Amino acid sequence: MESMRTGRPQTLYEKIWDAHVVDRRPDGTCLIYIDRHLIHEVTSPQAFEGLRTVGRTVRRPDLMLAVPDHNLPTTARVDPQGRSVAVADPQSAQQLALLRKNAAQYGIRYFDATAPEQGIVHVVGPEQGFTLPGATLVCGDSHTASHGALGALAFGIGTSEIEHVLATQTLLLKSSKKLEVRIEGSLGFGVGPKDVILQIVAQLGAAGGSGFVAEYTGSTIRDMSIEGRLTVANMAIEHGARSGLIAPDEKTYAYLRGRPMAPKDHAWEAALAWWRTLPSDPGATYDKRLLIDAGTIAPNVTWGTNPEDVTPITGSVPDPEQFADDSRRDAARRSLDYMGLVPHRRMEDIGIEHVFIGSCTNSRIEDLRAAAAVLQGRKISSRIRQAMAVPGSGLVKRQAEEEGLDRIFIESGFQWREPGCSACLGMNPDRIPAGERCASTSNRNFVGRQGPGSRTHLLSPAMAAAAAVTGRLADVRELMGNARELTP
Amino acid sequence: MKPISKVEGRAYPWGAKNVDTDVIISAQWLKTISRRGLGKGAFESLRAQPGNIFDDPRYAGAPILIAGDNFGCGSSREHAAWALADMGIEAVLAPSFSDIFSGNAFKNGILTVTLPQPAIDRLIEVTKNHEIIVDLETMTVTSNLGDVFPFAIDAFRRQCLLQGLDEIGLTLSMESAIDDHEHMTAQDRPWLSAA
Ligand code: SF4
Repeated sequence: MESMRTGRPQTLYEKIWDAHVVDRRPDGTCLIYIDRHLIHEVTSPQAFEGLRTVGRTVRRPDLMLAVPDHNLPTTARVDPQGRSVAVADPQSAQQLALLRKNAAQYGIRYFDATAPEQGIVHVVGPEQGFTLPGATLVCGDSHTASHGALGALAFGIGTSEIEHVLATQTLLLKSSKKLEVRIEGSLGFGVGPKDVILQIVAQLGAAGGSGFVAEYTGSTIRDMSIEGRLTVANMAIEHGARSGLIAPDEKTYAYLRGRPMAPKDHAWEAALAWWRTLPSDPGATYDKRLLIDAGTIAPNVTWGTNPEDVTPITGSVPDPEQFADDSRRDAARRSLDYMGLVPHRRMEDIGIEHVFIGSCTNSRIEDLRAAAAVLQGRKISSRIRQAMAVPGSGLVKRQAEEEGLDRIFIESGFQWREPGCSACLGMNPDRIPAGERCASTSNRNFVGRQGPGSRTHLLSPAMAAAAAVTGRLADVRELMGNARELTP
Repeated sequence: MKPISKVEGRAYPWGAKNVDTDVIISAQWLKTISRRGLGKGAFESLRAQPGNIFDDPRYAGAPILIAGDNFGCGSSREHAAWALADMGIEAVLAPSFSDIFSGNAFKNGILTVTLPQPAIDRLIEVTKNHEIIVDLETMTVTSNLGDVFPFAIDAFRRQCLLQGLDEIGLTLSMESAIDDHEHMTAQDRPWLSAA
């Protein structure tokens, strides 16, 4: 539609942008309308406080949804007598109570810790149909790009911007450059969406998408489930892009149909008609392009303290001296020191003590199924001190339990937890002790991310399960390949 | 917001690349419900190391930080900007910044100045012994050794910083345009008007 108006082929990003411009300044800065706003306990208190200080109010509480996730312990939230369990950490308890209070005061929809819908904001949004194609969606969290998997222009914002959205339902923004990441072909056995995004981050670098909105295209993306696409878009920020988009298609519509907050009946038909006009027009141009052949992607794993520090599982720890760039070399040296690794060590020889399956990257039902398929009939290694499976939401948890996945996790030696951010970041009791090593399905391996001194290796759910079973970083293809030979 | 036109004084001659916001302020500090008091948590993991730049008496209380490429990457936590502001930083100079960080810094009255790598390298040398001036009026970074590095900055941001304007107040003055947009959406895409 927009393209007919301007007479020039447009990308998905440009179409969404144009449909949300409230005002355009001469310098190109636009006031952009925000359709959906997700709120959690950690980044919002100061924004509400800011509003109150100057006597402002929330313009459109009906377009917002508040869910606690970051601080919430993932242990039982109701005791055997059915009473809710208090959060022990006083500061966490204070933030959680404040979220509840702010939501109530301003009439914002809120899922409490014990509600079946509660979960990680980026899992809850799509699952509830709160996230819609063509919508602008923000949240005070850098992994908000996740929602781009459904064709929403979604990005993380800071607390002052949260305050701006609360008060005005808009944001002042400059449009970004356009990056196309095209992945073509089929993924090999044992290779999944997490390996795809780790590959993209490795090839673009941590800052390679800085100033860009990424659009992931190509047959590999089209063939991916919505869950898989969410994993890919989730990590756009790890290559520096504030948003990552995937064109909505029949899979997107099938996923959304009937979700609690998705449009219904006539509204659904009208929405569908608009959504179908959104995909990038043939001939639309991008400022930068990256093409990846899916067949070249192996199960990936990180070795350092930046998500761009990726190697195939068959590879080894790089020698910092091999980096031409001084600062990269320095960073690699520091990474290896922190990670307790030496150059040339084979990745498959690295022993681990912890396994974390969860986070907004990999805590949806397909992730749990992929891990359970590896764990079925196996036990975790005696080397493993703690293995946690943390569903992304109460609804994911319930579905997994209906499918019997919880039994598989528990019987193999995993703990089966309540939904939340958990060990993705060291803000709640789920932490990795200093100097210990974790195979983690989360999205960041930064210094101290999983707790002070923690050592993180990012990988896919299937690879995390393989690591749990072997007690080291392991090639899931070998583990599963051998199993298939054993049971012809 | 307090108007800002010039930042003058010592600088931390640092230059580290890809400094993420977890490094600027770690997750343990995010449980606060206030914007103040985070300076003592700033760069905590670095400060645990002896001989670190932030505890070097030569630079104590410096209002300027010289950083490397992609400063402020990672988590969107505005706490990073609050922590810098609370430790007295008023301007950060780097070859590039993460988008989210520079937005957050701006909203808290911290100037983020993008300069080419050679200029940053030179300023790292200069600031080991000398003060510098970051001037928003003339859009230059200068030293008393004769260095003059011009920089570009978004005109709107510059005006807001110079005049100490409140962005939310400015946007609220556009309320009728926001109303119009909502009416249009309610007609053309009613399903977007209600979540
Ligand atoms: S799971 Fe991790 S990355 Fe995702 S929202 Fe929670 S803390 Fe952020």
